[in-house]
Amino acid sequence: MTQELDALYQEIILDHYKNPHNKGLRDPFEAEVHHVNPTCGDEVTLRVHVTDGVVEDVSYDAVGCSISQASASVLTDLVIGKKVDDAMSIHEEFLTLMQGKGTVVPDEDVLEDGIAFAGVAKFPARVKCALLSWMAWKDATAQSLEDSHG
Amino acid sequence: MTTVQLPGLLPELEVIRADFPILSRTGPGGLPLVYLDSANTSQKPQVVIDTMVDHLERHNANVARAMHMLGAESTEAFEGARDKVAAFLNAPSRNEVVFTKNATEALNLLARTIELGPGDNVVITEMEHHSNIVSWQLACERSGAELRWFGLTDDGRLDLSNADQLVDENTKVVAFTWVSNMLGTINPVEDLVARAKAVGAYSVVDASQAAPQLPVDVAATGCDFLVFTGHKVVGPTGIGVLWGREELLNQLPPFHGGGEMIETVTMARSTYAKAPHRFEAGTPPIVEAVGLGAAVDYLAHVGMDAIHRHEQAITAYALEGLATIPGLTVLGPLDAASRGGAISFELDGVHPHDIAQVLDSRGIGVRAGHHCAKPAHARFGVQSSTRMSSYLYTTPAEIDALVEGLEYTRSYFKLG
Repeated sequence: MTQELDALYQEIILDHYKNPHNKGLRDPFEAEVHHVNPTCGDEVTLRVHVTDGVVEDVSYDAVGCSISQASASVLTDLVIGKKVDDAMSIHEEFLTLMQGKGTVVPDEDVLEDGIAFAGVAKFPARVKCALLSWMAWKDATAQSLEDSHG
Repeated sequence: MTTVQLPGLLPELEVIRADFPILSRTGPGGLPLVYLDSANTSQKPQVVIDTMVDHLERHNANVARAMHMLGAESTEAFEGARDKVAAFLNAPSRNEVVFTKNATEALNLLARTIELGPGDNVVITEMEHHSNIVSWQLACERSGAELRWFGLTDDGRLDLSNADQLVDENTKVVAFTWVSNMLGTINPVEDLVARAKAVGAYSVVDASQAAPQLPVDVAATGCDFLVFTGHKVVGPTGIGVLWGREELLNQLPPFHGGGEMIETVTMARSTYAKAPHRFEAGTPPIVEAVGLGAAVDYLAHVGMDAIHRHEQAITAYALEGLATIPGLTVLGPLDAASRGGAISFELDGVHPHDIAQVLDSRGIGVRAGHHCAKPAHARFGVQSSTRMSSYLYTTPAEIDALVEGLEYTRSYFKLG
């Protein structure tokens, strides 16, 4: 039973949970979203700052379980400084991993610390926790692009 | 597995447990299942399962409209279930028992049919389940009535200090839970009913958490309406109960239109049946009602007073055990006598989801989240909590397993 738990709670996840990266809400930003997991009440407020097609900053304030908190931290590490298109590809890759029911082998070159979430994909009830901030980021980014285009 | 003997425990706990086949299941690694989520839904005794199977295998037909042997048997079983529920509630008349889909539908039925208008107000409480909040919010939005609520004290009880201002001559409904599903608090039903009565308002009691664990006597409470759900009283899902005083039910307009709720129908207009059929449009959940009848009979056979004593003994034992965990805070009253068997708590440094996950790996089932009581959580500055809830089949050894599981959770997350 401890093995299964350890597969879920990888050290990397617990490290990010205890010491989250890039946490806090910062200026400037073009879009801010608030996403909630209605079943458990986990919440994230997330801002994106995009200039010339590059993710300059992602800042957030979140309350929730270790999986949702660590996932937000890993997200920001992965997308800040990337071109929006590349960041969206990483998002797709993470989504595929999380929806793979534990059958997808993650690519460490793309997902870096995100590979630690491979074990989460085996726990259907926790997949939403891992995806909360990623969905918020995609939503905020889409809003910021719409605003800049229109 | 019972090792500790506590005063008040059901004397034949092992016999009771043997009535619930699911309790012999094992969890991960062959560990015994420790089911501490009965406030969410209760487990079902064999007699409920068998009664429902027997009905489907031998007596299935539609009710009240099939003129044949099976139709008569099915109708007898369905209406027999109504009698059993009426007896369970000590209802003065069987006509006062309306079958609904669940407690939520029963509350929505009332919120939809009780007439409200601008200038009226509805008084609820901050410890309600979302079903007893949102249904009245919707009713107030539709009608222009004002929504008011009793706040909570720091120890998780209703703050009645401003009751005379809240419940006034414009109050049409006072709707409140008998037992909180989050804080466990048992509310002063008779006092609240009296306050409603004094201003001519309807009293609506949500007994979803009370009906499983306390003797419910609608006549003694003096309330106007009371609702509960089948699946928390060892019955099936898909069936709930609205009890209402007969003359009041017959004054309310219909809720859903359809078959079985009418007297006569022409293309231009219809007249409506009296309660309970007035509120039971369409083919009802027949086998679910029959299962609920068997469930309340089972509880009555064990004895609601005995079940209440058992819950209190287990709750007191659990409160003692939880108090030994460093960093653990119980939300709600700390004395077992004034609370029900649902205990929500926080553990410093570990999120409820993570607690539930670690406990699950040891075969222990609890609930984590807001338990459909977000305002009550917000009142205590808490986003979510972990909740253990016991029932008539819960043993002291299962509470021991929970306490050990929580100690293990602390060590797993390196909290020393």
